[in-house]
Amino acid sequence: MTTIEYLSMSNFERFCYSFVEIFKRLPSRVAMGCSRLPSRFRRLLGKISAPAVDVYNAAKYGDWRTRLSFILMGFGLFTRRQITRGVMYLVYEVFFIAFMFLVGGNALAGLGTLGQLGSVIITVGAVDATIVYDDSLTILIYSIITIVLILILAVFYVAQLRDSLRLQRSAYIGHFASDRETLRNLLDKSYHRTLLTIPLAGVTIFTVIPVIIMVLIAFTNYNSNHLPPATLVDWVGFANFASLFSAGGASNNSLMVSIFGQVLAWTLVWAVFATFTNYFLGMIVAMIINTKGIRLKKMWRTILITTIAVPSFISLMLMSMMLNQNFGVINGILGSKIPWLTNPWLAKVTIIVVNMWIGIPYTMLICTGLLMNIPADLYESAKIDGAGPFKTYMRITLPYMLFVTTPYLISNFVGNINNFNVIYLLSGGNPLMTFAPGTVVPQQAATVGSTDLLITWIYKMCLTTGFKDYALASVVGLLVFVVVAFFSLVVFNNSKSVKNEEDYQ
Amino acid sequence: MDTSVKKAHYASHRRNKIIKNTAIYIFLVIISVIWLVPFLYMLLQSFSGHYEFDSVIPSTWSIHAYEFLFTSNEYQFWKWWLNTFAIACVTAVVQTLLTLMTSYALSRLRFKMRKAIMQFMLIIGMFPSFLGMVIIYYILRLLNMESSIYSLILIYIGGSAMNYYISKGFFDTIPRSLDEAAMIDGANKNTVFFRIIMPLSKPIVVYTLLMAFTGPWGDFMTASFYAQGVPDNFNVAVGIQNIMNPGGGTLNIANIPTFCAAGVLTAIPIMVLFFCLQRYYVEGVTGGAVKG
Repeated sequence: MTTIEYLSMSNFERFCYSFVEIFKRLPSRVAMGCSRLPSRFRRLLGKISAPAVDVYNAAKYGDWRTRLSFILMGFGLFTRRQITRGVMYLVYEVFFIAFMFLVGGNALAGLGTLGQLGSVIITVGAVDATIVYDDSLTILIYSIITIVLILILAVFYVAQLRDSLRLQRSAYIGHFASDRETLRNLLDKSYHRTLLTIPLAGVTIFTVIPVIIMVLIAFTNYNSNHLPPATLVDWVGFANFASLFSAGGASNNSLMVSIFGQVLAWTLVWAVFATFTNYFLGMIVAMIINTKGIRLKKMWRTILITTIAVPSFISLMLMSMMLNQNFGVINGILGSKIPWLTNPWLAKVTIIVVNMWIGIPYTMLICTGLLMNIPADLYESAKIDGAGPFKTYMRITLPYMLFVTTPYLISNFVGNINNFNVIYLLSGGNPLMTFAPGTVVPQQAATVGSTDLLITWIYKMCLTTGFKDYALASVVGLLVFVVVAFFSLVVFNNSKSVKNEEDYQ
Repeated sequence: MDTSVKKAHYASHRRNKIIKNTAIYIFLVIISVIWLVPFLYMLLQSFSGHYEFDSVIPSTWSIHAYEFLFTSNEYQFWKWWLNTFAIACVTAVVQTLLTLMTSYALSRLRFKMRKAIMQFMLIIGMFPSFLGMVIIYYILRLLNMESSIYSLILIYIGGSAMNYYISKGFFDTIPRSLDEAAMIDGANKNTVFFRIIMPLSKPIVVYTLLMAFTGPWGDFMTASFYAQGVPDNFNVAVGIQNIMNPGGGTLNIANIPTFCAAGVLTAIPIMVLFFCLQRYYVEGVTGGAVKG
């Protein structure tokens, strides 16, 4: 097919054509992917084996100082005038060995079973004494920390061997390193290390390690019946996933999966509505304020910005109070008893509308600046060509805005999926879901409401229900994470503003 | 004849324009009312003697609610307020520093693993943060540091690198030739960061500071979990929620003026700060959140 033929087709035909074409090209694409596989594999192998090669080189070509570094980390560095770095490596090694002896070794050994014996109550005379032998959660946490420390050790170990060999070689040609050089490098060549070490350490300690542990907890039975240190927690494999998805897993067949489905569906509907209503209405408000000939532009904007300035939890609690069915001022003035936040369907609408009240000013602010960036001659030529306001919006304004704001939209969408404050402070997830009489509701879903998002359900499972099921909560969290991460990675990596990162520099 | 047609044309054009502008003004007035009335209502109710649900303007006036907040033993509002203020100040300074360091490195320096780090932080940030908090609480308990405002500060600071996105977007827009010129003149990367990029980035510095400062004021989820019901450790959000729905139960009607007064006292300092720094805020949002 030639280009002319393609262009002469209608939109629908083009769509069909490209749809069929995808499948036609599929075999050749797969073949191409397969043919590249060996070279990719080789490259991967090269990357993995690079540290091994470094170690091998250090053993083969190293002098006695480099070889002694195999046992005493950093020896090859501080005997070659890089005293600070060498001593730091050595200190880490000493710290690591001490940690392994004191805590890490025992913890790792207990990781397989999460402890043999929980707490035991021994009666001595008239007094009960509780002795805690193994605390499953402590074992789990310490073993993950140990594993992270081992990984860091491995990286340091290879790095110091490599550096030692490098220093040895540069000494051959008469270049001697010093502490001053290290310092200079820290401010210049390896400045990224100086900048990133502390922030990334923070992320590792406060985000990465907890996330790993939480993922592991999804495979245990950590709940109100198994609360360490009183009782041990055990690995249960995929039992939690099974209880969520399969019939007869929890106390009631398939009830759990239907609850999960309802909450997930509302979470997605909420995220889509909350994101796009705010986006489009905010843009429209910004365009209206931007209209030529409107005065006091700054005042109108400032009025809207007031909402951003007030902390959102205050606005949300205020709204929840005003919308109260029996005592709220809105029903009071209308003289009605409209169940704004107590009817399952109306509550959902109310929440989305209130969220618009909170979110539109923010979008308006973002859009105002961007709308002014669109070249005015585009609009003029569109007007000369006879395009109406609607067509101008669809063909000029919207494509430009979408191009620039895709990353913002995605992060907004993800933020809305995990939007705890709006739901919890506005409706608290209520009204409670109703089930057919006689249904045995699993304890984990006893307080789940019809406006609950997955994140507020997780909060309830961990905090407010009588029966706290941390394991199931982390299963749900894991599922949310998989959905969100997949979706946003695909969109992020395909959005133009991420691809062309350096366009504006 | 020509001129009269033209005149009629212009007249109708102008009339259309006037109608259009009037419609726009009416629309703007309506949305201004929608956006402002709830806050005015809160201000009025905070001065009301007692809550009446069927009128916006209270029939009796008093400053009892404010008095109550100052003197009550039941609610230690000032303790909560000062807790939050202390947390916010420390968080603002440290978090801003860490966030800007991260985003500068990710935006202007080129090194191995840069893209990997960015993607990794993006992905890990999508994990429901509440679950991680349960574990951090347990870890802090091993260190005997749980349920205090220090643990809250640690947590807010700990995740600061993950907010790199907006400030990185801002740094991306500064021309690279500036760096190169400075480098040729013998500056190292540290000097470039502090002497060249920082002075140009005042809006994003102020924006990051503002966001880091206001964040702890609005945080309910983390703070309520870490306070564990101990009023000494409440921040403003948890405390005010406790005034409104004690025990997480239903609306406490008698407390509504108190709630409104507490809301006003919390909102006013932040609003003042916000309007003073509004210019920077707008520049930061439009320059960093989206590249344009």
